[in-house]
Amino acid sequence: MPPQYRLPFEKPLVVLEDRLAEFERVPDPDFSLRDQIRTTRLELKKLRREVFEKLDPWEIVQVARHPDRPHSSDYLELVFDEFVELHGDRSFGDDPAVITGFAKLEERRVMFIGQQKGHNLKDREKTQNGSPHPEGYRKALVRMQMAEKFKLPIVCFIDTQGAYPGIGAEERGQAYQIALNIREMSQVDTPIICIVIGEGGSGGALAIGIGDHIAMLQYTYYSVISPEGCAGILWKDRKYADKAARALKFTSADLLRFGVIDEIIPEPLGAAHRDHRSTAMYLKGALQRILKDVTAIPKAELLNRRYEKFRRIGVFEEVGA
Amino acid sequence: MKSATPTEPVNENGAEPRKKRGVPEGLWIRCDGCGATIYKKMVEERMGICPEPGCNHHFYVPARRRIEQLLDTDSFEEWYPNITSRDPLGFADRKPYPARVKDEQAKTGLTDACIVGRGYLRGRPLICGITDSAFIMGSMGSVVGEKLTRAIEEATRLHLPLVIVSGSGGGARMHEGILSLMQMGKVCAALARYHESKGLFVSVLTNPTMGGVAASFASLGDVVIAEPKALVGFAGPRVVQATVKQELPEGFQTSEFLLAHGFVDRIVARQDLRTEIARVIDYCVR
Ligand SMILES: [Zn+2]
Repeated sequence: MPPQYRLPFEKPLVVLEDRLAEFERVPDPDFSLRDQIRTTRLELKKLRREVFEKLDPWEIVQVARHPDRPHSSDYLELVFDEFVELHGDRSFGDDPAVITGFAKLEERRVMFIGQQKGHNLKDREKTQNGSPHPEGYRKALVRMQMAEKFKLPIVCFIDTQGAYPGIGAEERGQAYQIALNIREMSQVDTPIICIVIGEGGSGGALAIGIGDHIAMLQYTYYSVISPEGCAGILWKDRKYADKAARALKFTSADLLRFGVIDEIIPEPLGAAHRDHRSTAMYLKGALQRILKDVTAIPKAELLNRRYEKFRRIGVFEEVGA
Repeated sequence: MKSATPTEPVNENGAEPRKKRGVPEGLWIRCDGCGATIYKKMVEERMGICPEPGCNHHFYVPARRRIEQLLDTDSFEEWYPNITSRDPLGFADRKPYPARVKDEQAKTGLTDACIVGRGYLRGRPLICGITDSAFIMGSMGSVVGEKLTRAIEEATRLHLPLVIVSGSGGGARMHEGILSLMQMGKVCAALARYHESKGLFVSVLTNPTMGGVAASFASLGDVVIAEPKALVGFAGPRVVQATVKQELPEGFQTSEFLLAHGFVDRIVARQDLRTEIARVIDYCVR
C-alpha cells in the first residue's frame, strides 16, 4: 500500500508505485500484464534504492516525521505479543504522549515506555504530536522504578519533537521532571534499552533516553535542538531548517560515528512508512538480541557500565594535564 | 532594544534574555528594573544590585566577580582551567565555532562558560561551580559538562558540599550538537552518585537559567535558591508564546513563579546568599 502522504523527494517513486497499484487492480486472467508488472517492480526497487541511498539530513527528518511512519502503538501491535497498559503517574494525570505498561516479547517480559504521536488528527492533537508534559515523564519514571522492583528490563521507544513547551508544562515543572528522570535513570538497577524510532527531540527525548544500549532506526534523528529552532536562532528564519539539519550532524550515522549510540537498526528499502511489517520484524529481531545481551551483563557491573557510557561522551582539549 | 553583538541571539530556546546582559562600558548604566540611569560604580559596590530605593534589580555578574562575592577572600582554588572546546561538528553559523569561542574568550576572559573549583564560604569548605551567561549564553557543551562532572565527582570523593550557581539562557550548546545534549546525562549521572553518597547540593538559579541547564543539574539541588526575578524555565518564553498562541501569565517563568509552583525553595537577594548558603550547610553537613 503506497503511503498516503508523499514527501517531495518521493515523487518519482510515487509515479511508479501508482502505476504498479493500477496494474495489480486490473483483472488479468491471462497474465498479459505479468511482464509489465515485473519490470515496474524492478524499476521501483532500483529507484527506491537510488532515492534513499542519498537522502540528505533534512530529508531524513521528513522521513522520521512521516505521518504514516509506525509509532509506539503500532510496534506494540506488530512487535510485542501482549501489552498491559498502566496509565497512572500518581501525581497529576494521564499523558497520552507517553504509553507505559507491561509487555511481552515472545517469552520475555519487559516494561514498555514509549512516546506516542498518533496517526489521525484527533490523536495527534491529544498527544500534541508526541510532545509529553511533565506528567508523561513522571509516568515513565514511576514505571521504571516499578520495573527495578520487579526486575523487568525496560524498553524505551523515543519519538518526540521535544517536551511540550506550554504554560501548564512550565507550571508543573517540565525542566525539573526531565532533570529528575535523567538522574534517576542513571541509577535504575535493571537493564534499560532505548531506541529512537522517529524523532529524538533534545531534552524531551533524553528524559527517557539514559540506558545500557542505545539504538536508532536508520531514518531517524536525535538532536540537541530541532532544525527549525536552530535555523530560527542562527539565521533568523525557520525556513533554513535544511541548512541547520546539515550543520547539526544528527542522523543515525552521525551519532554512531560520535559513539553516542551503539547501533543502527536498518529499515526496509523505502523506509518504515512504506512497510510497517518488515520494519517491525527487523526491530523485533534487534530487540531480542539486545535484550539477551543486556540481561547478560553481570548485575554488579550494570550501573558502572551505564555511568561510564555517558561519562566518556564529550570532545575537548586539555593542555598540561 | 536589540543588541548588536553577534552572539546575543545564540540561545537554544529562542529565549530573549529578559534583561540586557552585562554592565556596558561607561560611567552610567540604565536599570531595566526601574528605568533609572545609575552611576555604574554604585551598582558594582552593591554587588550588581540597583541602588534605587525599592528597585532591587539584580544585574548580571561575571563568574569571577560571583566567586569574589560568594566565597571567602582568596579562598577559591580553580580546577581544570585548561580544558577548552574543540569543534566536533565542524559547526559554522555566521562564523565558525572555533572563531566564536575565541571571540567569547576574549570578551569574557574565560576559557568557556563555567569555572569550577574548591573554596570556603564563611570558613566552610565546599566545591563550587559557576556558569556565566555571557559566554555563548552560558550554554553547556563538552567543556562545561566535563568540568562540572569532575567537580561533582570530587565533591563525592571529598565528601564536600556542592554549590552551583547557574546562569544560562542557552541550555545545551547547539554548536556541539548531540554531544552537548549528552552532557546533561553525564552531569546528572554524577549528581546521582553524589546524591547517593548523601552529599549536599545547593543550586542557585540566576537570570537566566533555561533549557538544558534548567532541565539537568540546575533543577536538582537538595535546596534550590533563586535570585529575585530571574528568568527560569524549560522552553523560552517566545517559544511558549508561539506554541500556545495566548498571552503569557504575569511573571511567567520568574523565580517567583517557580516558587509559587513548588520548584524553588527560597528566593534570596544576592547580598544574603552567603548567609543563606552557610545556614543550609550547617543544617545538612556535620
Ligand atoms: Zn533599578
